[in-house]
Amino acid sequence: MTPDSAMPPESTAPEGEKRIEVAGPWTLFWWKFRKHRVALISLWVIAALYLVAIFAEFLAPFDPTEPNRRAIFAPPQRLHLILPTDDGNWRFKLHVYGYDTELDQETLTRTFVENRDKVVEIDLFARTSPYLLAGFIPVRHRLMAPANPRDSFFLLGTDRLGRDMFSRLIHGTRVSMSIGLVGVTLSLILGIIIGGISGYRGGTTDTLIQRLIELLQSIPTIPLWMGLAAAIPLTWNPLTVYFLITVILSLVGWTSLAREVRGKFMSLKNEDFITAARLDGISEINIILGQMVPSFTSHIIASVTLAIPLMIISETALSFLGIGLRSPVVSWGVLLQEAQNIRSIVQAPWLFWPGAAVIVAVLALNFLGDGLRDAADPYAR
Amino acid sequence: MTAAPDATATSPLMEVRDLKMHFPVQRGLLRRTVGHVRAADDLTFDVFEGETLGLVGESGCGKTTTGRMLTRILKPTGGSIRYRLENGTTEDIAEYEGAALKRFQRDIRMIFQDPFSSLNPRLRVLDIVGQSLRAHGIASGRKLEERVEQLLQEVGLRPEYIRRYPHAFSGGERQRIGIARALALNPRLIVADEAVSALDVSVQAQTLNLMNRLKARFNLTYVFVAHDLSVVEYICDRVAVMYVGRMAEIGPREAVFTRPLHPYTEALMSAVPQPDPRLRGASARRRLKGEVADPANPPAGCYFHPRCVHATDLCRTEMPAFRNLGQGRSVACHHAETLNLQGALQPRNTP
Amino acid sequence: MSETPLIELEGLRTHFFTDEGVVKALDGVTFSVPRGRTLCVVGESGCGKSVTGRSILQIVDRPGRIVEGRILYHPTPHETIDITALRPMSRQMRTIRGGEIGMIFQEPMTSLGPIQTIGKQISETIRIHKGVSKAEARNQTIEWLARVGIPRPETRLGAYPFELSGGMRQRVMIALGLCCRPKLLIADEPTTALDVTTQAVILDLIRELQEEMDMAVMFITHDLGVVAQIADDVVVMYLGRVAERAGVETIFDAPRHPYTRALMRSIPRLGGSREPLEAIRGMVPHPFRRPSGCSFHPRCPEVIAGRCESLDPDLREFGDGSQVRCLLYGSQTEAQQ
Repeated sequence: MTPDSAMPPESTAPEGEKRIEVAGPWTLFWWKFRKHRVALISLWVIAALYLVAIFAEFLAPFDPTEPNRRAIFAPPQRLHLILPTDDGNWRFKLHVYGYDTELDQETLTRTFVENRDKVVEIDLFARTSPYLLAGFIPVRHRLMAPANPRDSFFLLGTDRLGRDMFSRLIHGTRVSMSIGLVGVTLSLILGIIIGGISGYRGGTTDTLIQRLIELLQSIPTIPLWMGLAAAIPLTWNPLTVYFLITVILSLVGWTSLAREVRGKFMSLKNEDFITAARLDGISEINIILGQMVPSFTSHIIASVTLAIPLMIISETALSFLGIGLRSPVVSWGVLLQEAQNIRSIVQAPWLFWPGAAVIVAVLALNFLGDGLRDAADPYAR
Repeated sequence: MTAAPDATATSPLMEVRDLKMHFPVQRGLLRRTVGHVRAADDLTFDVFEGETLGLVGESGCGKTTTGRMLTRILKPTGGSIRYRLENGTTEDIAEYEGAALKRFQRDIRMIFQDPFSSLNPRLRVLDIVGQSLRAHGIASGRKLEERVEQLLQEVGLRPEYIRRYPHAFSGGERQRIGIARALALNPRLIVADEAVSALDVSVQAQTLNLMNRLKARFNLTYVFVAHDLSVVEYICDRVAVMYVGRMAEIGPREAVFTRPLHPYTEALMSAVPQPDPRLRGASARRRLKGEVADPANPPAGCYFHPRCVHATDLCRTEMPAFRNLGQGRSVACHHAETLNLQGALQPRNTP
Repeated sequence: MSETPLIELEGLRTHFFTDEGVVKALDGVTFSVPRGRTLCVVGESGCGKSVTGRSILQIVDRPGRIVEGRILYHPTPHETIDITALRPMSRQMRTIRGGEIGMIFQEPMTSLGPIQTIGKQISETIRIHKGVSKAEARNQTIEWLARVGIPRPETRLGAYPFELSGGMRQRVMIALGLCCRPKLLIADEPTTALDVTTQAVILDLIRELQEEMDMAVMFITHDLGVVAQIADDVVVMYLGRVAERAGVETIFDAPRHPYTRALMRSIPRLGGSREPLEAIRGMVPHPFRRPSGCSFHPRCPEVIAGRCESLDPDLREFGDGSQVRCLLYGSQTEAQQ
């Protein structure tokens, strides 16, 4: 805060007025964004989701790909905190109750009945089998795990191979949320470069690029993706497939961003303050990077935020159709694809939790994007 | 009252000859050029050192385009702008580009009309005013700050304001920041494009006073583009009247305002609402009929003839030349000598 | 002022409830609009002149709201309608708005519908308010377009607003404002966006029609030149209040309020001296920082030290019907914060 000498003597401004005068563009942006309650909550939801994505291994109690033959389609277990002890007293200890399984001889379905005697104690920061956090930090601890790794601890139940849905959902979050981010980053790079050239150069270049964008946008996306995805050989390793899918998704995604960037460049090009900067002798590249780009960065952030959910939905759709990511990669789409049969609906409705995750993520991102877009131009009068 | 500089005694700071700005009109997918908008056509005038030259006319007359050519925001499509350097040599800057142009853009600066869109809201006052100094490698760091603080004081703002952003200022204060920006490089000529028309009445007076003070203090020359004739009459030494991209007339302020030579000037002046209820309706009989000509498709002969009450067959067929009538006055009217036109001011000897 | 005025504003307060705080755009505005005369409302930005016009029509944009005061409309000298008591969208208010009180705005492009021809817009208005047949409305439309000086009106009926020049659009706007023969025309800076030559023609036109139709005009402007050309009476506003109200000659020849005097001195005049203009010091304060006492005191060249900072003057009436809100003329109340 500048000393009060900065104020003219006759003005008796309250503190709030003084702060606003020296507030930079990002501070104003934040002040305006802050008023958007839903967007603010969404921001926390999104932050939480990305934290989950980063610390997936630590948060997941089990390896998401590890089958468990004794717990196929096991229902979710409830987490309890107060554990009665043998002497009639009780203590705080996270625990779940184990199951008794019965096989219905007529229908050949397995039913799980909670057994209050089988207490599975859950340790916090439990020491488990070693793993690499985020792929490179060797860690031995997990947030929650049963004291005995062979015990059942399925907060969201298990799937047809007895794999823990909770762990799979957490790992799916990583893939799905990151595919949105990586795909949008690719779109953004393409969009800014191509849209920037289009808007800044104008003329014939602009016309050509705009026609190309229109062409790309006119192609129905699902068949295009299906065609491209079908071209990926089944033998390729999951990481390559993952990368290729993001490329395919961003192939269409960049067009709307490019249009936005072009529009901004076009309107900024003739702004008086840009003309003034030119007269001030500032080089074109510095005008672009130092004055034009910062003027629409916040708009781009908002658009990007609104583009991520589109990517997530697209990935989910592709995987759901069985042409996107494939096992053993775990994504929300892959999980939902595995749930697409009558048996799951009837017997294991918990397999649809990834659907809820998709809805939450997409809604939160959309709300966040809306809030950012409203705040994007703090100078609007 | 200072006399207008004698056109013959001093050599002008800037000699503008046959300056043209024709914007192509493009149509269709292939962007074929189907015609030209003659935003400025055959402009010839001089700008003398230390004077304030008013450039007046209605919207679309090309006065802003002209100002933008003088500052070389626009590159003219024809003609020359001969600029006299401090060492006395002259150079035609109409075609300059890049580094050569950058040198002249230090001398010739601009004040914009809109105090809101002309300041980048994302930059601090320090950067807005100081960016030219930085770009020309004149000052940086603490030295730059000192220079900007000093400039702010010159325009009547507190030097502590350098860390603030434009949104903290009112329209009048923003315009002062714009003026400080124009002053930063010690310019010789400032083109003020409607610099006070967006301001409140009381702030307008402050700004005009400031501009006059700065002019005397830094020996500046102004080209004052404006549509408000009262303001022009107050601040300018000479007045150039434009109509549809062409010069209608130019001359010393008092002469043009008391006895205009071009019928358009007369009509323009009669339309000025004077702040005196006794003058109400006094000039109402000289209202212009019809619409301003389309600069993409102007009429034959004198562009003004369809609206001119004095038009003759000559006016309908032949475009009048922009003629020098002596005493620093030039006019583009066939009948300038014979018409006895009335200006906004009463002649001195007949009060 | 023995005759009942057409409109009376009494202590009108219109406030804008923004996120940053309450902007008191109108803070107790009291004046009347006489019948059959032209009243100019002048002031600088933020003085509330436009909000006054919009309040009368009940078209204040959100988050603005009339919070206090009355707007009394007297269609005839013996009738009284309190406009503030009507709901903005009620049938009666809609009849008044456009029918009995016409309006013209600064930018006709934003108030004329872009997708309807001008002929349709005018004739619809006539039909709604006058209940005449389609053919009759069309005839009246042509008449009106001719009246406001649009050449070959029959052919222009089918024109869209964007096809017309600024001056022509403003003429259409005037035709639209006048086609129901309103008792009052509120013109909010109708010539500010126009060139002087066009402005002169439009001012002539408004004056002519005003005389012919014996209608009252409330002309909102910031241009003192325009005021001198068109006004019978003038209301000078500053920061949401009336500073002075007087006949046009008094305002220009013998203004009483220091603000009016300072405004008169600060404008450049044709043929005036080239000495520095007597500018009013400082800026119009930010609406959140309304000064205490008389809100003009920080900029006032005739400020009475120790009084103007704390005392809020009343609007005092003089024998000639003028009103001034200034401590130089006695009457005041103790400041009520």
